[in-house]
Amino acid sequence: MTQDTTFHHGDPQAATQPIIKMQNIEKHFGNIIALAGVSFDVRPGECHCLLGDNGAGKSTFIKTMSGVHKPTKGTITIDDQPMNFDSPRDAMEAGIATVFQDLAMIPLMSVTRNFFMGREPVKGRKPFRRMDVEMMNETAVEEMRKMGINLRGPDQAVGTLSGGERQTVAIARAVYFGARVLILDEPTSALGVRQTSNVLATIDRVRKQGVGVVFISHNVRHALAVGDRFTVLNRGKTLGTAERGDITPEQLQDLMAGGQEMAQLEGSLGGTV
Amino acid sequence: MADAAQTVDDERLKKEGLGARLMKRPELGAIAGVILVTTFFLITADSSMFTLSGIMNFMTPAAQLGILAIGAAMLMIGGEFDLSIGSMVAFAGLIFGACVVTLGLPLILAIPLTLAVAAGLGALNGTIVLKTGLPSFIVTLAFLFILRGASLVGLKLASGGSTQLRGVRDAVEGDWLAPMFSGDAFGPVFAWLAQVGVIDTFKNGTPKVPGIPVEILWFVALALVATYVLLRTPQGNWVFASGGDRTAASNSGVPVRKVKISLFMVTAMCGALVAIITVMDAGSTDARRGFMKEFEAIIAAVIGGCLLTGGYGSAIGAFFGAIIFGMVTIGLTYTNFDQDWFQIFLGGMLLIAVLFNNYIRKRVTGER
Repeated sequence: MTQDTTFHHGDPQAATQPIIKMQNIEKHFGNIIALAGVSFDVRPGECHCLLGDNGAGKSTFIKTMSGVHKPTKGTITIDDQPMNFDSPRDAMEAGIATVFQDLAMIPLMSVTRNFFMGREPVKGRKPFRRMDVEMMNETAVEEMRKMGINLRGPDQAVGTLSGGERQTVAIARAVYFGARVLILDEPTSALGVRQTSNVLATIDRVRKQGVGVVFISHNVRHALAVGDRFTVLNRGKTLGTAERGDITPEQLQDLMAGGQEMAQLEGSLGGTV
Repeated sequence: MADAAQTVDDERLKKEGLGARLMKRPELGAIAGVILVTTFFLITADSSMFTLSGIMNFMTPAAQLGILAIGAAMLMIGGEFDLSIGSMVAFAGLIFGACVVTLGLPLILAIPLTLAVAAGLGALNGTIVLKTGLPSFIVTLAFLFILRGASLVGLKLASGGSTQLRGVRDAVEGDWLAPMFSGDAFGPVFAWLAQVGVIDTFKNGTPKVPGIPVEILWFVALALVATYVLLRTPQGNWVFASGGDRTAASNSGVPVRKVKISLFMVTAMCGALVAIITVMDAGSTDARRGFMKEFEAIIAAVIGGCLLTGGYGSAIGAFFGAIIFGMVTIGLTYTNFDQDWFQIFLGGMLLIAVLFNNYIRKRVTGER
């Protein structure tokens, strides 16, 4: 378990500079300290898992990263430039895309309309400026096909897609719009086995394109399946970052639970947790 | 490989027929309704209903309602209601009447002023709804009474104690803008058509239909513009998104607040436009103008396929919804039925439309 992520020798991935670096982030809501000093970074082409139990501060942290909250203390740098996000829009423009748990998808709208929601391509001159519908339809179908999903048509409503497919639409959308860092908030928490493996495969595909993925989960097995590095958050603090192979599932599990009762539970449940 | 398996056609996906695809258009119900109502009146009504003058007869009230219904439909797609549009018609009528009669302003000033006041009130409605997070239903219900009351009080002030303000016709007489908002368009064309015998004429040779009432042109133009905006512009996509899921939309960078407030303003301005047209037509304005129109407009929008929950619907649907309305109100006078069947018919139509829309929504979203 290494506390400091800057000392890695010879590892080609570790040699690349982080895209985003967050140091000693604190976030207070009134008298509640939600984050009490969290440090985290993401490099291109890696999947960095952020693990933590419910209430550990995962959501608050990624909301800070994606511009929803402003940190009370701490610094955020992108390519070594200090950043100050005022809104999710600012973060998006800096290349930080977030796929929230609710996916920001509208079931009644078509895949195409969802795909381009808020960022519709236009053509034509001003009073007659209109959406480039043909281009939108082609792009949506093509991008989904690349992710392994064949749509019935570009006008298929998102409501008819399965949970895993919706997740994939959200990821494809973020990547298409030039995300350098993709934050996935519990993407597998509500999915079945097969859908989960599809989403994990999508994460792998996105990572290979050089996007840095932040994978938030409280499921150690899902995290270990795709993660390159693992950071555990507990009671608003980072407990440390580990490289893949340096840590066992049991150690991760213990860290997430704060290293306490898990040992006893494990005993009574026969090591199945 | 999992990828390869996914790219083959899904064997559990049945081919969709034309019928199933048509079912997914929001305006289908309204078009079916128009066909149904037309058939009904073709059988029961006097044949004069479907002559040119008969059609103009029922299209005029349909257009007046339809202008409101298109505004209401866009607002409903955006996820909000406006129950104050009926009262807005009365209030805008008062503003307009006061501008031209009491202040003696020319139309070029009076019309923009009326529209601006309406837009301001719409923005106020919208801002209260969005700032407080209260349902638009309750906020605009308050404005239903406030504006109706303000119209009464204002009319008494402007006319010196009466609830009617007369003299609009004399005041706008000869104004160069008047033909855009009152009377009939294409008069010469119709006169020519009468001359060559294409349309019926009175004994003295003047055509029975002197032209197309301007409100019908406004109605058609608004329906086309609204449909274009909804289906072909980014702003239209934002309207659907804002109504479908507010949080999801704003997380995706849609300016939900601006979209909703603009929709409230557009709806209020639709009310003002109806006020201007009907006040100039009648030559006076009174406090009962637009009474109950908010409900009729919402009903027309719902018949047109708008979901009460927002995010789904169409302006063309509301267009046909309003035509159904006009046909039934006026059409019953051409039949032997008692006119008061109208309300029963209306309620029934609304119930069927809501059930139908609900069913369609489940099909679209794949809910079972």
